[in-house]
Amino acid sequence: MPEYQTLLYSLTEGVSAITMNRPEVYNALNEQMKKELNDAFKEAEKDPKVRCVVLRGAGEKAFCSGQDLKEHAGLKRSLKESLEKSYNPLIKRMRSIEKPVIGMINGVAAGAGCSVALACDLRVMSSTAKLTEVFIRIGLVPDSGSHWFLPRLAGMARAFEYAATGRDIAADEALQVGLVNRVTSPDQLEKATMAWATQLAKAPTKSIGLIKRTLNKAMTVDLDTLLDYEAHIQQIASETEDHKEGVTAFLEKRPAEFKGK
Amino acid sequence: MSSTYIIVTKQDGYAIAQINRPDVLNALNMALMAELVDALETLDKDNDVRCIILTGNEKAFAAGADIKEMADASAMEMLLRDQFARWDRIRKIKKPIIAAVSGFALGGGCEVVMACDMVIASETARFGQPEINLGVMPGAGGTQRLTRAVGKVKAMEMVLTGRVISAEEALRYGLINKVVPIECYLEEAKSWAKEIASKPPVAVRLAKESVLKAFDTTMEGGLEFERKNFYLLFASDDQKEGMSAFNEKRTPGWKGK
Repeated sequence: MPEYQTLLYSLTEGVSAITMNRPEVYNALNEQMKKELNDAFKEAEKDPKVRCVVLRGAGEKAFCSGQDLKEHAGLKRSLKESLEKSYNPLIKRMRSIEKPVIGMINGVAAGAGCSVALACDLRVMSSTAKLTEVFIRIGLVPDSGSHWFLPRLAGMARAFEYAATGRDIAADEALQVGLVNRVTSPDQLEKATMAWATQLAKAPTKSIGLIKRTLNKAMTVDLDTLLDYEAHIQQIASETEDHKEGVTAFLEKRPAEFKGK
Repeated sequence: MSSTYIIVTKQDGYAIAQINRPDVLNALNMALMAELVDALETLDKDNDVRCIILTGNEKAFAAGADIKEMADASAMEMLLRDQFARWDRIRKIKKPIIAAVSGFALGGGCEVVMACDMVIASETARFGQPEINLGVMPGAGGTQRLTRAVGKVKAMEMVLTGRVISAEEALRYGLINKVVPIECYLEEAKSWAKEIASKPPVAVRLAKESVLKAFDTTMEGGLEFERKNFYLLFASDDQKEGMSAFNEKRTPGWKGK
């Protein structure tokens, strides 16, 4: 396992937990952390033992506060370059890794930190946490995919509101508008997230990956194209070991034991 | 026929020729190209084969020509060697060739793809002519076939910048026929090959020849060529059979004559 300076990486019962670990700056993204997040997702993608990924922040205050502005002020890099080289590949990798990714929103998720949260497949949020498309407060626009994720999750009017005002979105609102899947009390958050993750890590991972691939596709194509694609994907799923196990277990009236293949 | 770099397998009515030099992402050296052209010509003469699939592996169809073979050559050596002349023989293959592409199809690899008649690609396929980055340019059809396939401005972009395009983009520009998940690109190509293998072979042959003629002639010459081929098919048993079956509302049985 590679050594990370800004992350904690652990693997338990098929669940890889990636913790953004710079709590003293609300887990802000510096160059090192962006690179390491890319590496960590790559590692989780390659490791067949990993069947679910949990992304979270260290400490109780923040999931991730977005770009480390202090560091960026000292760099010669343009924002465009920074997005093209660091953020965009990370978001693409999170969307293309064929394993479920749960964002555990333990505290504030702001700016690019909010985008990273929205790039997860599922979000479990602490009732005291908040999401903030903070960019407009400093005269910027959302990046790292927020323009893509927001309207798809919460509709165009809300997307505009959140992006154009940069106001805080509390957990109950986030749940109500569909930005997150579940909200728990802060003390239950980790337990609830890990329970869900452990459950997903025992699911037919290959087919979950195919679902993710197909949902990604569904966001950009017409029904005819999707139906054709779905037929191919279902054929692939029908050839997995887990499908055979699922059918056999059903006939034998016992719980299926999926291997993720 | 024993071959080092090309694996040929025959199925029901069609054949698969697989480029097999995986340790170097199927880089096309001269020996490989010689074997490939020989294999295609052998299959072209094989009466059991009505359609050919040309493929690589999941990572690479072919990542390009073998640079090591060319790096130190002089212009005179390149001219006398004329290694790309052999490629012209692919164009003379009479049976339909379907390229089944996954991973890299770059430089010479992309040029081989374009010498095929149809292209099925996996979502991971990448197409490009990056020769410019090596101080040269495409030399085996890249400037001509790419331009005819995707149009001038896109061909210029790819040839002058060396930019590599995704399967989706290649589909949008008409470079390929279909994009499918990586797990099934070869299966999809097989199903197309089976379909073509079930068609009347003489008509398939003359139809392919006529479509290719469109690249080499004027509209008037091409229309003339097409018409003559159309009339010629009335000398075939399959035309009689096809039209009778149509009138009698039954499935035709082709004889390939």
